Amino acid sequence: MIFASGIAPHWRTQHTVPVMMRQVIYSLLPGITAYIWFFGIGVAVNCLIAAVVAALTEASALLIRGRPVKLFLSDYSAIVTAILLALCLPVVTPWWVTASGSFFAIAVAKHLYGGLGFNVFNPAMAGYVAIMVSFPEYMTHWTAPNIGDIDYQPLSALATLQYIFTGVLPDSLTIDAISRATPLDTVKTELGMMLTMGEIRANPLFGDLGGRGWEWINSAYALGGFWLLFRGIIRWHVPVALLGSLLVMAGAGYIIDPATHPGAGFHVFSGGTLLCAFFIATDPVTCTTTNTGRLIYGAGIGILIFMIRTWGSYADGVAFAILLMNMTVPLIDRYTRPKVYGRPPTGKEQRSHG
Amino acid sequence: MCPQTNKPAAYDPQPPRPEWGIRPPTRKTGSLKLPILEASPPRWVVIPIEQCLGVSARAIVTPGQHVLTGEPIAQADSVTGTDPGPKLHASISGEVIGIENNMVPGTSAHREPCIVIRSDGKDETYSEYKNLGDPLQMDAGKICTLIAEAGIVGLGGALFSTAAKLQNSSGIRMLILNGAECEPYITCDEMLLRERARKVARGAQIMMRALGAPDTVIAIESDMPEARVAIYDAIEELGDDRIHESVVTAKYPAGGERQIIQLVMGEEVPEGALQNDIGYVCHNVATAAAIAEFFDEGRPLISRIVTVTGGGIETARNVDVRIGTIMADLFELIGGYYDVSSHLIMGGPMMGVCLPNDELPVTKATNCLIIMKSRELSPPRQEMPCIRCGECNQVCPAQLLPQELLTASKQHDMEALDTLGLNACIECGCCDYVCPSYIPLTAQFTSTKLEFRAHESGMQRAAHARERYEARASRLQQEQAERDKQLQEQVDAVSGTDSIDAVMKRVASRDKKP
Amino acid sequence: MLLAVLVMGGLAVLIAAALGLATSWLSADGNDAVEQINALLPQTQCGQCGFPGCRPYAEALAAGTANINQCPPGGDATIKALGRLLGKKPVAPDPAYGLQKPQCVAVITENACIGCALCLEACPVDAILGAAHFMHTVISAECTGCKLCVAPCPVDCIDLKNLA
Repeated sequence: MIFASGIAPHWRTQHTVPVMMRQVIYSLLPGITAYIWFFGIGVAVNCLIAAVVAALTEASALLIRGRPVKLFLSDYSAIVTAILLALCLPVVTPWWVTASGSFFAIAVAKHLYGGLGFNVFNPAMAGYVAIMVSFPEYMTHWTAPNIGDIDYQPLSALATLQYIFTGVLPDSLTIDAISRATPLDTVKTELGMMLTMGEIRANPLFGDLGGRGWEWINSAYALGGFWLLFRGIIRWHVPVALLGSLLVMAGAGYIIDPATHPGAGFHVFSGGTLLCAFFIATDPVTCTTTNTGRLIYGAGIGILIFMIRTWGSYADGVAFAILLMNMTVPLIDRYTRPKVYGRPPTGKEQRSHG
Repeated sequence: MCPQTNKPAAYDPQPPRPEWGIRPPTRKTGSLKLPILEASPPRWVVIPIEQCLGVSARAIVTPGQHVLTGEPIAQADSVTGTDPGPKLHASISGEVIGIENNMVPGTSAHREPCIVIRSDGKDETYSEYKNLGDPLQMDAGKICTLIAEAGIVGLGGALFSTAAKLQNSSGIRMLILNGAECEPYITCDEMLLRERARKVARGAQIMMRALGAPDTVIAIESDMPEARVAIYDAIEELGDDRIHESVVTAKYPAGGERQIIQLVMGEEVPEGALQNDIGYVCHNVATAAAIAEFFDEGRPLISRIVTVTGGGIETARNVDVRIGTIMADLFELIGGYYDVSSHLIMGGPMMGVCLPNDELPVTKATNCLIIMKSRELSPPRQEMPCIRCGECNQVCPAQLLPQELLTASKQHDMEALDTLGLNACIECGCCDYVCPSYIPLTAQFTSTKLEFRAHESGMQRAAHARERYEARASRLQQEQAERDKQLQEQVDAVSGTDSIDAVMKRVASRDKKP
Repeated sequence: MLLAVLVMGGLAVLIAAALGLATSWLSADGNDAVEQINALLPQTQCGQCGFPGCRPYAEALAAGTANINQCPPGGDATIKALGRLLGKKPVAPDPAYGLQKPQCVAVITENACIGCALCLEACPVDAILGAAHFMHTVISAECTGCKLCVAPCPVDCIDLKNLA
């Protein structure tokens, strides 16, 4: 009998890149569902716009670069980038803002650096920062959650669609009328106006931990994150280090001065903290590779998030924290190498002979 | 070593569980159901002449000659220069039909000279090896000579001359017998330990005598409880308290030589050194059993246990098969193929070699033959770029960073490869197994190692040439200094207090004299 | 406005000074540098780089008067290693200094050798065995293939054989 040939090893993992990316998308679904429940279908529309633009951009970039289009398109990495970007944007963001962000993320932050596996900066965060500084006004049009007992009439689904695609609102409304500050925005502005945390938290927008609605969405993200941990798609080091350092810093701030620091629960359950901890910071391409390195990386992001929120001028520092720590990844990788078998444990880089 | 008891570390009730390694499905139950089958001698055998690592061998029989089972038919050269080269023996009795080039199992489909013997149906034994005497009374040198005479080489797959390995050892603290069969599918060592543990223990005694080692430890994995009991009973029966048993975690690749030393003894073999240098010698349990068989029964190495398994074979089992049996005949013997299969792998699924057909002979290195159907293999996928997930870094048993090694090897960056420790790679395939991008890491590292070693030997030659150059430069300098000194002495001897003018006057006055 | 300019200018001066001091304090000691560079060169002492041997080339590199791509026997690997040590970008080997050729050893045709001992003097690593009026032979294991012995031989009895 004749047999086929192959090279060892003959067994490989079932966790291929498309499988990993699909699992990430599935574990984002609880969060997206909660988001739609509280804020309407705008987020789903944004995800769709971003995903379509991302896929087209990726296909074009691959064609221009002469790379196999089907192989790289079918690994879903562009879709994941697009969804993560869309989840950071306000619900009523115009379609062309979302599209620009998605285009920048894929074409500039990913393919100009070499494509999958070669980018230094997280593409979703790079895209977010690009539209944040280019179209700052549109990035402040956050809406309030649909929780019934505040003085707010949410936009209907049709009106949301109409505004996203045409920029036209129903007759009686202006964009200022439907925009509200996010909980993080509120905290920042009102602390600046010298109110105490007690007074700020009396606002009906605030729930037990974070903002109302937002804390449910973040909990759903955490649920998805635990699913990824359980399946072994991500490892615990980055989320634990990130949340741990943020808890320590926020807790310390709260203990030192509870009137001007919102406290650990608020920090963890508002803004994009949990999305970042489980989905964005754990992006394998832009993260460090060794476990020690991951602990340092996660801790750095947590500290930077706290610093930017407390002392910086942006309400939520997640995107900038990620990009700043992305810059340090090669350095961290260089200095957190484990000891090779058979070499004595020293602090310096070892050579086999002098 | 466990500091409290001063015994191998794995005596602790909780064997150390390393961070490295993987736990693939073991697929061993199929071939463990039936006892070892003693295969009847086949009608003909094709025995490759070179079955010792690193040395060439010559046939000592001629076509047409009649040989008995166990008669020497080839002699290999010495490995180190001081050890006796191992012999090769006829595995059946009959007539030597010829010495021909045949395809042999290996990484490439190459042809090697083989001795072909046709059976005469009688299986008469060569009786010169019976009654050799009590090996525990012989001196070490004699034991090694007899081991080479028996043709015993490392049966874990390496085929290194056992006599050479036993001979060049002094200051050995512990003999480690490696029964930790970590690769999936392979069960030949486990069955050997279940059924013939006494031979393994007896072999340990003989090897301890040859090495001068005070203790032996037989290492097995935690998923071999029957083998564990069998070894315990065998040691009790022999009544030798120098032989110990140790259980290591059932992870792949716990059975690698460096890894087993790390797990059992808690020490690492330093880079560039051998296990002997830290006082340990590792041998496979089957090698020990073969030694016992030779000294106690007069049977040289003419057969070995092979696991035949996989979805494509009718009955999976372990067979004690004569060396040189054609694989197709072996499969027929145990019931034939179950179905058309896509791959025949010699070894395990992690490090095994794909064979082109089943007309190849069983050699001393054949520990397992897996007839795999395509659904038992991972479907091939196109390689994608490294997504830096770091899974390979988690599983490497040598604590290397395969992800960074890949970058360095693609850039041919020799310094980085040195810093990252490429030479410590044991090519186990764990990094390939976990890679989501299906990058052929092990193959890349195997080929890079050649380039790296060429570069390293170039650097060593350069250092050597620099020493010679500097030696020559200093020699020339010294010669020049001596010449200058001599010249100066001559000048000093002549000059004294006279100047040139006085000398000229003296010469002139001398000339003037009548 | 003035304050801003003064602050930025002052910072620039401070940082430049710090960097300059660091370069001089933390740089390798003179002799050490030459040793380290010499350790990376292939030691064929062939002179193709334009210097009479590997050490003079190393000294020139340390002084900054030579380029890192002048050594043909070293090839790309040496250029990369030198670039890393000296903080220079690796460049392609300079063809003006010769091309990298495969490793070879010198072999003396013994029939033609007249025992003149001129090649003994020429070999930088003393790889030729012999004496005046006695047969000369090359110790292949020590020969680096530098070809310096070929020119002095008056009867052209030295050939170079490829090792590959």
